[in-house]
Amino acid sequence: MSEGTAPGAAATRAEYCVIACAEAWRGDGEILASPMGTVPTIGARLAKLTFAPELLLTDGEALLIGDVPGLGEAARVVEGWLPYRRHLAMVTGGKRHVMMGASQLDRYGNQNISCIGDWRRPDRQLLGVRGAPANTLNNPTSYWVPKHSTRVLVEKADMVCGVGYERAAAAGPSATRFHRIPRVVTDLAVLDFETTDHRMRVRSLHPGVSPERLREATGFPLDVPADVPRTREPSAEELRLIREVIDPRGLREREVRP
Amino acid sequence: MARARNQKLMTADQVAGRIESGMTIGIGGWGSRRKPMALVRALLRSDVTDLTVVSYGGPDVGLLAAAGRVRKLVAAFVTLDSIPLEPHFRAARQSGGFELMELDEAMFMWGLTAAAHRLPFLPVRSGLGSDVMTVNPSLRTVTSPYEDGEEFVAAPALRLDAALVHLNRADAYGNAQYLGPDPYFDDLFCEAATDAYVSCERVVETAEFAEAGGPQTLLVGRQEVTGVVEAPNGAHFTSCVPDYGRDEPFQAAYAKAAADPAAWREFTERFLDGDEDAYQAAVAAFAKEGA
Repeated sequence: MSEGTAPGAAATRAEYCVIACAEAWRGDGEILASPMGTVPTIGARLAKLTFAPELLLTDGEALLIGDVPGLGEAARVVEGWLPYRRHLAMVTGGKRHVMMGASQLDRYGNQNISCIGDWRRPDRQLLGVRGAPANTLNNPTSYWVPKHSTRVLVEKADMVCGVGYERAAAAGPSATRFHRIPRVVTDLAVLDFETTDHRMRVRSLHPGVSPERLREATGFPLDVPADVPRTREPSAEELRLIREVIDPRGLREREVRP
Repeated sequence: MARARNQKLMTADQVAGRIESGMTIGIGGWGSRRKPMALVRALLRSDVTDLTVVSYGGPDVGLLAAAGRVRKLVAAFVTLDSIPLEPHFRAARQSGGFELMELDEAMFMWGLTAAAHRLPFLPVRSGLGSDVMTVNPSLRTVTSPYEDGEEFVAAPALRLDAALVHLNRADAYGNAQYLGPDPYFDDLFCEAATDAYVSCERVVETAEFAEAGGPQTLLVGRQEVTGVVEAPNGAHFTSCVPDYGRDEPFQAAYAKAAADPAAWREFTERFLDGDEDAYQAAVAAFAKEGA
């Protein structure tokens, strides 16, 4: 029995999020799409199956895959080898657009996945900085936030792992040279930094989300213009690919709760 | 007449006997993947302590931290992969259990590379603007001497007293072969170390390597290696493909026990208080229970 959404049903919030994630890789060309999380993974595969066939994808380990399997299925075609050492080289070479998670994210795009509280003796130890410092200074880095809340969208990140715009500017031209945060996709909206001072702004609200709800769920002042666009509708073919090909078990609905 | 060649076979406990308290040790693998767990378990049976551990961290770090053997950790993360947060690492950090040098994954790789090349540092862009610079006040930057004049972080060499790695096959002389998709950084760990110890699933004749894979699978060269340990299932419970995958039920039991002191005492008594044979027998019994 499929747990997926019935064919023909209206798009769910999770499916709008998939579309918004896929759009992050539009126009990127022949680069590696590195999605972290279920919804970004579906988004990257959808982009590759539709408007961005040049994208490179991995199996989540050391192989570049030549086909686009469903979630949890093994690839049948291997087109390349990307062990961690080559993956890190791909980061610094810039032929990659990663979509990372964030435990905290502030208005300039400073991201924290290391720990909550004072770094010297944290209240909650999380993963560690991982590759976030290298990612943000070397290749485009977008973020995925499955639960947009004042706990995640914060005034100030406790430990800056991924570097935001104002911190990169303060660090100088070596830091800004390849620094770019194209998108932040959350379960409520799509945000970006295309403002004069690179403060976060709303790019689109997902259908069903009010400006008030977005403002209340954000831990810093966020201007939501009355005429802000809505995240685009998926096409019938995109919905079919999401529901029948990429994620027939409906795992996206477990990551994004209505 | 030709002189007999130097064989390097030893036991895991002999390796542990060569590690001294206060040393800097590098541990190969990545997260919960191909970790030299039999060697780590041997360290737990020894009285070695006060270690500086350099690792793309997984349960190796968790076990050593839980046993109070770590003075300082050099890492970009500690994770069990399928379980994102390592419970012992969390507990140790939240109780101020050891000093931490938190580096970015790339800085870590270039630090090992610098050590392997006998350089004091290598320049990297990573780190600028991030709190990696704030929490490591000893990190320095370096300016390009060429006309670009760019400023970079000087990723310091991560020189090791000893490296511990686990590969699929090795010969008695210290040549070692990986058969999975990712070498991780095991060759770099060995090259960055004064002494490298390789455990493996099976010790083979040198001539047998070619049957298992091409020459590019011969990751670690004997010129880097001090000791070779045959340790079947020696990466357990981390993955060692293609010989075996991660033991997910066991890892889940480890993580559950690690979250509770009483349960952890029970886990330690059941699995870790005996020698490696006792560990493997207890693991087999655990698997049978779950079957």
